[in-house]
Amino acid sequence: MNRMIPPKYAQKIMNVVFWAVGILAIAILVMVIGYLLYVGLPQVNLTFLFSDPIDNGAAGGIWPSIVSTFYITIVALVVAAPLGVLAAVYLAEYSGENTFVKTIRFATETLASVPSIVFGLFGLAFFVVYLQMGFCILAGGLTLALMAIPTILRTSEVAIETVPQSYKEGSMALGSSKWQTVIRVVIPAAIGGITTGIILGMARAIEETAAILYTVGATTTVPVSLFDGGDPLPLHLYTLATEGISLPNAYGTAAVLVILILVITFSTNYLVERYTKKMMGR
Amino acid sequence: MENIMQIKDLKTYFDNTNVLKGVTIDIPKHEVTSIIGPSGTGKSVFLRTLNRMNDVISTFRKEGTILLDGEDIYDSKVDVVDIRKRVGMVFQKPNPFPKSIFENVAYGMRVHGAYKKAQLQEVVESSLKNAALWDEVKDDLDKSAMSLSGGQQQRLCIARTIAVEPEVILMDEPCSSLDPISTTKIEDLIHKLKNDFTIIIVTHNMQQATRVSKYTAFFLNGTIVEKGLTDKIFIEPEDKRTEDYITGRFG
Repeated sequence: MNRMIPPKYAQKIMNVVFWAVGILAIAILVMVIGYLLYVGLPQVNLTFLFSDPIDNGAAGGIWPSIVSTFYITIVALVVAAPLGVLAAVYLAEYSGENTFVKTIRFATETLASVPSIVFGLFGLAFFVVYLQMGFCILAGGLTLALMAIPTILRTSEVAIETVPQSYKEGSMALGSSKWQTVIRVVIPAAIGGITTGIILGMARAIEETAAILYTVGATTTVPVSLFDGGDPLPLHLYTLATEGISLPNAYGTAAVLVILILVITFSTNYLVERYTKKMMGR
Repeated sequence: MENIMQIKDLKTYFDNTNVLKGVTIDIPKHEVTSIIGPSGTGKSVFLRTLNRMNDVISTFRKEGTILLDGEDIYDSKVDVVDIRKRVGMVFQKPNPFPKSIFENVAYGMRVHGAYKKAQLQEVVESSLKNAALWDEVKDDLDKSAMSLSGGQQQRLCIARTIAVEPEVILMDEPCSSLDPISTTKIEDLIHKLKNDFTIIIVTHNMQQATRVSKYTAFFLNGTIVEKGLTDKIFIEPEDKRTEDYITGRFG
């Protein structure tokens, strides 16, 4: 057979292509983050981090936004993590396969692909107006929780499903109930994947703008209670940039947000890896 | 001779597939009984019916009775969790939990409500000693069980099983994934354990059956062809099929 390119060279060419594509993927990430930090970091200093904004952020700092982001993420996680993980346990360990379960799966997949602005509108209609919460941290956090649940659920479910059957049998054979097996063997063995799911959900919540646009208000004072309005980092950044208040401060805010997400991701990865290594004896 | 388990006319089904077709056998207390026979004849199914591990399979169904100390283990009043505590199981592939060595052995006791550190420590130590593993791991109790060798893992699984003090221990080809030295250690262990426990072991290794067990049952196509003293079965089997199998003509 007549080949245009001999296999030996084809192999080499493809190696280079795959390598280049891999490098490109990393390069894009490094470029975006690098540029943001390059432009944003010079704005960031202790005063910027820990003082209130002046003139809607044209000057001053972003302390209220950092606090808002912290609160709203906690609210979202406190609601979404238990719901998502418990639902995952149910789907992976208890439900079996039937029409009801298929419907749940279909619903969560659909939920995961709903645009965030739609969640925002729902949050406005349901939490803010119907439940009369008003624009506040709680309404925003609950809206973000709804968005994070599908991510946490799907990732946790996969993690739980990959726990070997032999662990479960070993536990059952010692006379433990199904629930004891789930709590003492299955979840600890899947904790790496479950944590990853929670972090992914949290990352989605922490960086989300559209979903909180209509729910959290845009109060630029430090929120004290759950029923106070807030101005989380992405929203603050959005306002600074779109309303032409201060582009340098927008970059500064973006840099802080990115660093926050990187720190959370890397530290959790580190902890999960350390735990897994210890448990697996490596 | 006292029989701890009495199995009468046991038939098992998965959907409509009939695996065991009427198995009757008495299991003598504090002895080792070997189950031998070719693959796919229902040996594992038989074993897993004795501690109700098949219950988790929704299509599983059984007929006949299994008595443990004269009590029907499938009786609706019986707690399956209690049965599994009284009838322990060691699996074909060592399956320690991804926890520390200590926690693996303490697991059963914790599940059954023990929490006092001193008590746990005492039972963990005695179980590991009984499983002939203590000397090898006593300084590494906090290490992951996954870091042990295959043979050590299997002895750990035995330690984990005896820690809950079952009456019967089921072993499903416990040495099939182990090297000869580890296998010898487990066989020595089985000899020792029969003083305190009744052991039923499925094995594909004829020599192993002759080495460890006083009684043997030969399974073929879901029925017991021949059962009795191991020495008798291996030296002068009554059934032609038994003879063919143990002399390696099939299986």
